Amino acid sequence: MSAADPLVEVRDLEMHFPLSRGVILQRQYGAVRAVDGVSFSVGRGETFGLVGESGCGKSTTGRLIMRLLEPTAGQVLFDGEEITHFGRRQLAPLRRDAQMVFQDPYSSLNPRKTVGSIIAEPFIIHREAREAGERRREVRELMDRVGLNPEHYNRYPHQFSGGQRQRIGVARAIALRPKLLVADEPVSALDVSIQAQIINLLQDLQGELGLTLIFIAHDLSVVRHMCDRIAVMYLGKIVELAETERCFSQPRHPYTGALLASVPVPEPSVAASGRRPVLKGDVPSPSAPPSGCRFHTRCPKAQSLCAQQEPALSEQPGGSLAACHFPLEGYSSSS
Amino acid sequence: MSALLTVNDLKVSFNTDDGVVRAVDGISYSVEPGATLGIVGESGSGKTVGTMTIMGLTRAANTEISGQAIFDGEDLLRASEQQMRAIRGDEIAMIFQDPLASLHPFFTIGAQLVEAIRVHNDVSKAAARTRSAELLTMVGLSDPKQRLSSYPHQFSGGMRQRVMIAMALANEPRLLIADEPTTALDVTVQAQILELIAELQAQSGTAMIIITHDLGVVAEVADEIAVMYAGRIVEQGSATELFSSPQHPYTRALLDSIPRLDRDRSRALEPIAGRPPSLISPPSGCAFHPRCPLAFGRCPDELPALEPTAPGSQHLVACLLSSESRSAER
Repeated sequence: MSAADPLVEVRDLEMHFPLSRGVILQRQYGAVRAVDGVSFSVGRGETFGLVGESGCGKSTTGRLIMRLLEPTAGQVLFDGEEITHFGRRQLAPLRRDAQMVFQDPYSSLNPRKTVGSIIAEPFIIHREAREAGERRREVRELMDRVGLNPEHYNRYPHQFSGGQRQRIGVARAIALRPKLLVADEPVSALDVSIQAQIINLLQDLQGELGLTLIFIAHDLSVVRHMCDRIAVMYLGKIVELAETERCFSQPRHPYTGALLASVPVPEPSVAASGRRPVLKGDVPSPSAPPSGCRFHTRCPKAQSLCAQQEPALSEQPGGSLAACHFPLEGYSSSS
Repeated sequence: MSALLTVNDLKVSFNTDDGVVRAVDGISYSVEPGATLGIVGESGSGKTVGTMTIMGLTRAANTEISGQAIFDGEDLLRASEQQMRAIRGDEIAMIFQDPLASLHPFFTIGAQLVEAIRVHNDVSKAAARTRSAELLTMVGLSDPKQRLSSYPHQFSGGMRQRVMIAMALANEPRLLIADEPTTALDVTVQAQILELIAELQAQSGTAMIIITHDLGVVAEVADEIAVMYAGRIVEQGSATELFSSPQHPYTRALLDSIPRLDRDRSRALEPIAGRPPSLISPPSGCAFHPRCPLAFGRCPDELPALEPTAPGSQHLVACLLSSESRSAER
């Protein structure tokens, strides 16, 4: 299931971080397989979600697409061009067309710069709007666009609340009208009442600017609300890739099913009626992933085959892709 | 049934260089034996400070505390530090959000559990160790004997939180205070821990106060819920009532602003305008009025009292609007 006119495509992407021992004579004794063979494509204007628990490789995948990291194997294609091993200079156009919004609005803004100069930075780096007056006008427009008061141009980040800081981060990211926005947990550090403001802002901007959005999050309800398609990751692999509605109404991979069932629903009657199946144990270490299907150690449906043979991501009835020997059938979690 | 803990008009304020922070501004509630009270609120709503004060953990020169917290006939706010030490970890136990920060990194899990038991019970080290192993089994850790010699860093987040629960339940407390017990955990692990807490609570009959910002979590575990905003309780009632007919505009707005798996995906989220207020200079009258879609003339001037929604009802709300006009706007 690949997008018709992809803006971003990754093929067999791998990121193994070496683990080394010793101070002078460093020897590598293993690797953290953060991302281990991931392929997908994201169409223009699409919102693509990467979901999973901590350590599943979703953020690393985002950073690889942004080329903040160089993959150890596989390919990254942006706008039809392979950028996998581009150097600093070659990456310059990507640095402008692809932007990122980070999780923590406190550490991602320079505390010693005013908001105005933070948002103006992309224009300076990419030599646009060279004249100071023009730049100031652009910045004020951006601030207004993301719901900040343009009069606060000269304030410092600490004078803003978490939600407002996240707006600053968004303004900076859209300054150069990028094609791609990678948002890594953009709302998880915010208060509940503020999250919806940022979600709505991202949705509005996407429609307005025709952005392609890669949305990385652990919160399934937020992902479901935002995304067209989602990829569920577990220990560096995609276990399920499907249209959002299908993924939530008919999860095929037992892990997806378990994730959905684990989300607490703010409705006591639902919570009280019939408890959900709870997964046992923790996510294994990505430096020594289980053999065969990586989920087999926690899977309620695991059989002996699962420990031996790794299932391929294959098409399921209904069009979803799932990597499972014994996928779930016709079960509906949203009823 | 008489209440295990009754909190009356608790007020906590901190004198700081920037002014007086009224973190908790007159809250009252009670917890029955075996029941679970959920306290919900955003950061800075006073939900944590309130219970920390009851445990005697906010006592400092710059803190002003007033009101009462009657536990078992005794006012905890006036108990001596020595008395509090005897109660903490024995009669009342706490589970914190970050299990890594609450376990000592230099000592083995076993040493820490044994200490928690021996502080309150006159038993031998060997007996305490046996009990520790039992506790670890109870919270679902395999290989308890071996685990006792492990250090906290050798455990995953979920396992550490299980250890914290084991430690909290070591002396069979009558009241367990869980402050965001699952916030630092992944969803599948969160589900395990919530289930474990519910199971152990059912077995032991311990009462619980669970503090969280996650409406989904309280809906699952709490019998009674109190919603806090700017240091006050704005709505309180049974979990079923509060979720089926939320009365305070803030509660409603919270429920409308979160995306939910059980709702239509295309439904637009309705964010709450503005941001949580400063506790140094909170808005006059009802603290929620600057963000409230239903605010009217009296809201900035009058402080609404927490009153029953209907005569005799257990569902309390602090809002100046009449219940008819609140529902009419819905």
